[in-house]
Amino acid sequence: MPRPESAEPVPSEQWRYARVLDLTSRLGFAALVAGYAAYVMGWLDVHVTVGELPQLWTLPLAEYLARTGSPTGWGWLAQLHKGEFAGLIGIVILAGCSVVCLLAIIPLYLRRRDRVYAGICAVEVLVLLLAASGVLTAGH
Amino acid sequence: MIPIDQACVRIGRGRAPRALVAASLMLLAIGAAPAFAAGGVEAGMPWWVWPLALFVVCFLLGIVAVPAGVGGGVLFVPIVSGFFPFHLDFVRGAGLLVALASALAAGPSLLRGGLADLRLALPLALLASASSIAGAMIGLALPAQVVQVALGITILGIVALMATASKSELPDVAAPDRLSAALAIHGVFHDAATGRAVSWQVHRTPAGLVLFTCIGVLAGMFGMGAGWANVPVLNLLMGAPLKVSAGTSSFILSLVDSAAAWVYMIEGAVLMVIAVPSVIGMMIGARIGARLLTVLKASVVRRLVLVLLLLAGLRALLKGLAIWN
Repeated sequence: MPRPESAEPVPSEQWRYARVLDLTSRLGFAALVAGYAAYVMGWLDVHVTVGELPQLWTLPLAEYLARTGSPTGWGWLAQLHKGEFAGLIGIVILAGCSVVCLLAIIPLYLRRRDRVYAGICAVEVLVLLLAASGVLTAGH
Repeated sequence: MIPIDQACVRIGRGRAPRALVAASLMLLAIGAAPAFAAGGVEAGMPWWVWPLALFVVCFLLGIVAVPAGVGGGVLFVPIVSGFFPFHLDFVRGAGLLVALASALAAGPSLLRGGLADLRLALPLALLASASSIAGAMIGLALPAQVVQVALGITILGIVALMATASKSELPDVAAPDRLSAALAIHGVFHDAATGRAVSWQVHRTPAGLVLFTCIGVLAGMFGMGAGWANVPVLNLLMGAPLKVSAGTSSFILSLVDSAAAWVYMIEGAVLMVIAVPSVIGMMIGARIGARLLTVLKASVVRRLVLVLLLLAGLRALLKGLAIWN
């Protein structure tokens, strides 16, 4: 392939990715700050009081989970009324931004018959969903 | 985070480097105080002292990270794990979120400006994000002391890499390799410094894919952004222009760190009280650091950051070897 000589505009999929990323990441940051404020201000019930944390955050993860009975996987969704878990919504949005962005650009690649990049995006979405699924566990 | 390579700025002289020295010393003092307090005074301290100290340290890290051309994540994990009482598992979870938040914030402008390139990023990010999941699982499964020793060695390696690696503004790529030609990985970006449109293409793509797979493991295992490794691979190995390498590296981190962050979150290794002050402090500091780019002498800041990393790397190594607990 010859080296490109003329200036090319930024591809449409890149613009769309940027627009969706801008929206979703702003939403994520807002949810993160709001959730944290609700947690530390005591507006919601808590699973572990903030005063207990200095004795707990020095522990290895497995011991922390055993001592506090904190949920793993998606178990925290059942405890959204508690501050520390409600605050995780912002983190979920931030970690999930990329999935939404990738799904948004797949149709553009398909319309251009660029099946390779549509496939790469689809596989990347599957990788991120696999990571989020909780199927893969580390075993502490 | 905005690496210095992405910013077309003139670096000046003045009082700012002295201010940066003061900021760095303050950073070490604030970081070290809780570490010493952890010996016994900690129990009597109110809980909010720690997130507040974390916020201040991350704010200062954000200021120095941008002019030094590194992501905040690579500074966060060794410094916070070395000088704060939090267990390494929670520090790595927070470190990934710090790196992720920085990459997400920078992403839209990098993509719109053509400094991050989707065609270049996506194949590399796919392998790196898959391997970062493996890295995160390995990191959470290994004993903390082993990870701490490996972290110390890695950080000292990063210091050596940063101190010695050269950079090439516009590498000469005579011909693309077969894979990059098949994937049509090439582009043009508008260089604001020269006002020119710069065409680029890459080579050695298969080697780049292998290295990005290794980088993903390190990012997941240690909870760090991996811009320190991404940029040399994209720029020196694959031949992408320096600014495209820095922008694309940041974008790749948004995918790689998302994958690893999910693993830490699902495993319960994300504590809000550690992660959120860190993210907010780093983001505010990085904004100020980006503005200071016009008045700071980049080489001085870079040397300061290398010293900080050297100390943090040694601390991690000695802590892991139970020599300095």
